[in-house]
Amino acid sequence: MIKTFETPPPFASQWFDPLPPPALSSGTSCRLHGRFHELAPHLVPMDYTNEPDIRLPLTLIVTMPELKENPFRNRIVEVFSEDGQGNLSFNDFVDMFSALCETAPRELKAIYAFKIYDFNGDNFLCKEDLEKTLNRLTKGELTPEEVRLVCSKAIEEADLDGDSKLSFSDFENMISKAPDFLSTFHIRI
Amino acid sequence: MELDSVFYTDRSGIPSNLLLDQLPSYQSLLYRRKPAASGSTKRRSSSRTRSGSSNSVKFGQTTLVRQYEEKQRSPTLRRPIRELAKPMAEKRSDKLERLEQAKDLSGWSQWRQSTRRTLRRLREESAELLSNLQLWRGDIHVIEGMFGTGILSYFSFLRFLVLLNFVMFLLMFSFVILPIVVAPHASGNATYNYANGDWVVCSNYPSTTRRGLVLFQQHITDLLSGEGFLEQTYLFYGYYKVQAINFSQFTYNLPLAYLLVTIAYLFLSLIWIVKRSASGFKRNLVQDEDRFQSFCNKIFAGWDFCIVDENTARLKRSSLHYELKTDLEEERIKQKIAHRTQKEKCRIYMLRLILNGFVIAVLAACFYAIYVATNFSQSAQMTKVLDTTLDCGEQLWENQYLPSIVITLANFVTPLMFSFIIQYEDYSPAFEIRFTLMRCVFMRLASICVLLVSLWGQITSCKESPCVCGYNHVLYPCWESRVGQEMYKLMIFDFIIIGAVTVFVEFPRKLIVNYCDCGLARWWGQQEFAIPNNVLEIVYGQTICWIGTFYCPLLPAICTIKYFIIFYIKKVSLVNNCRPATRPFRASSSNFFFLAVLLIGLALACIPVLLSVAQIQCSKACGPFVNYTTSWEVLPRAVDKLPAGARSFLLAISSEAFAVSFFVITFLAMFYVIALAGAHKRVIDQLREQLAMVSLHNLPGFTPL
Repeated sequence: MIKTFETPPPFASQWFDPLPPPALSSGTSCRLHGRFHELAPHLVPMDYTNEPDIRLPLTLIVTMPELKENPFRNRIVEVFSEDGQGNLSFNDFVDMFSALCETAPRELKAIYAFKIYDFNGDNFLCKEDLEKTLNRLTKGELTPEEVRLVCSKAIEEADLDGDSKLSFSDFENMISKAPDFLSTFHIRI
Repeated sequence: MELDSVFYTDRSGIPSNLLLDQLPSYQSLLYRRKPAASGSTKRRSSSRTRSGSSNSVKFGQTTLVRQYEEKQRSPTLRRPIRELAKPMAEKRSDKLERLEQAKDLSGWSQWRQSTRRTLRRLREESAELLSNLQLWRGDIHVIEGMFGTGILSYFSFLRFLVLLNFVMFLLMFSFVILPIVVAPHASGNATYNYANGDWVVCSNYPSTTRRGLVLFQQHITDLLSGEGFLEQTYLFYGYYKVQAINFSQFTYNLPLAYLLVTIAYLFLSLIWIVKRSASGFKRNLVQDEDRFQSFCNKIFAGWDFCIVDENTARLKRSSLHYELKTDLEEERIKQKIAHRTQKEKCRIYMLRLILNGFVIAVLAACFYAIYVATNFSQSAQMTKVLDTTLDCGEQLWENQYLPSIVITLANFVTPLMFSFIIQYEDYSPAFEIRFTLMRCVFMRLASICVLLVSLWGQITSCKESPCVCGYNHVLYPCWESRVGQEMYKLMIFDFIIIGAVTVFVEFPRKLIVNYCDCGLARWWGQQEFAIPNNVLEIVYGQTICWIGTFYCPLLPAICTIKYFIIFYIKKVSLVNNCRPATRPFRASSSNFFFLAVLLIGLALACIPVLLSVAQIQCSKACGPFVNYTTSWEVLPRAVDKLPAGARSFLLAISSEAFAVSFFVITFLAMFYVIALAGAHKRVIDQLREQLAMVSLHNLPGFTPL
């Protein structure tokens, strides 16, 4: 059993057998464990063979430099946490970065993007969700009138079935045509 | 909480969401799917998701889901587990399940599965390895992190051009220069060509190497202008006098190789650019076809998740804010345009007519100036041989580089004028940007054409018309080398200007703005990296390279080195002097824009090259085509020497009958594709209406008529 951090273990097979390697390479997984450990050195053990159930709270995760400047950092962590409150176990941590890495497929990213932008969790992106998204993006620099206008135009563009809110199919259809999505929706770690 | 049934998509017939599955785009997506980095292709599977992440409700297993899972038992319809949107614990249980299923399979299926998995992993690892080998990968990551994806696209475009030029150089070198160099070592002897018969009078080529005591400055002048000692090197067309190289097994026909390599590099550039722009073009087509989705794209795909720096985040936020404000402004202007009265329309159109006429007049004036400068420069170069009182500096800058100076001045002044004029033409902001760019592109590329046309006029004008040799053999014994020299000078001057502007304008500007709090600093402001102008600069350089490679075979190598150095100059200038543009240039549309402009440059470059290959008589005093009337003649003569079968085949392909039937078939294919696209569009519209009707039906209280 590899206890120290110097020799990178054959990560997936060692600790999470028979889990297939995630979209990240084994080197990256090892690095991820290092980052997870860094966040709370006294809580996170170096040895995961006994699969301890350590969960880090949201407030700790969002201090990571990759997430610090992201306006949606709270939502991202909440979406990937099992309890929905933002407490990530290491599994969830790896899951999160795996889904957000460059090589993750578009469909996967679309699903998680939908969940991230769905603030009230009703499986629809309604006007309030959009307004919250926009306010997080511009940090309140737009006037309320402009925010309303932009949101109504966005719904007008993407809504296919005319119910003035975006279901997942509307969202996926729209995001498949959004040219910037793949290049912006990834976190490099 | 009910699961949204559109999460289930499969091909095994469960009615998930029939309407969306029928969409043509969806079908073609299924058929042609390219998964990111993984090898699994045409399989769709379930992607369950959590219903509601704000509470810890475990989703219920409906009968639908259970039925669906049973269908998924077959091992062929499977995606890799990592691509499923499930929490880690579920993925592990899935994997255990799959392993158990795998044990039930026969040995053959197991082997097939494991091979597929190994191949996929191999493919991913090789893709990762290849991407690590990319040139400047680290530098470009740094730039992306600091300035975003718009400026990144400029630098990856620059990298693409470096590669393209390097490949062109390899082509030229390995098929034209290498055989000549290798011939003595590989026991091949080269036969040289001499003009014979009627052409002897044209074949007098006075040597241009300087004799006697040569001053040091002369060497520098020669290096910068391509004359003197450089003219008699492999750099220029005139030095390739080899007719054929006789190796032991075969004879290498050098003129044929020269011509075919020219056609090959133009064709290769075309294919490479089209391939690179294909994805961007499809996206643009789709965007124009559908309602333009600017707002959605900005809200959902606007934030760059890679940003880690606080300053960059602030800038990104302000640029998003600016973009949204611009879009709202566009909407407002669209409304205004829609409500214009007739009188206002007339006034606007009259104003636009006058201003466009003014723009055309300015362009004509610039072109005339270039024409005059070229003629003056050429005649000055003719007389300089006699006049030794002119010193090097004057010679160089006034005579040799005069056309380049005029072109650069024109290209500097006209964009300022255009951006000033367009404010009065009252277009929407997006159209303003595009139109100004188009005018600048036209100006840049047309100035090269004017230079070439005036050169051609000089070359083909003799005292007694028509010219005896087809060109003015007295003044231009080797006119191709002369054209090559002009292109060489343009390229060198372009490089000097880019370096000089960076060193003498951008750095002082930064110093002034940072350390001096005067009115000038406040008015001038910090340097912004203007992407369109920079792109036009390098497209201009690339067009010169394409035109000049036929006359100056080593020009691609010089171009490669030039762009290589320019990358570092621009990077240093960007990092030290510039702040990100307030008008952000979107990466997706900009890629397509860059390649479209490059394609225009290529089309423009093909015209002079193909014209001179096919129409203008090649010079009889130098070069590989001495014994042919035009350069194109090499091909028919080579075809005549082929065996009868190959000859008749090639003649059949180039006959009219074949060409006509080829065109007819191409037209039929085009009509079919257009009809298909029209049919798809109709289906899409119908399906949209159906969707709206379906949702109306579902509203409570809806009573159908």
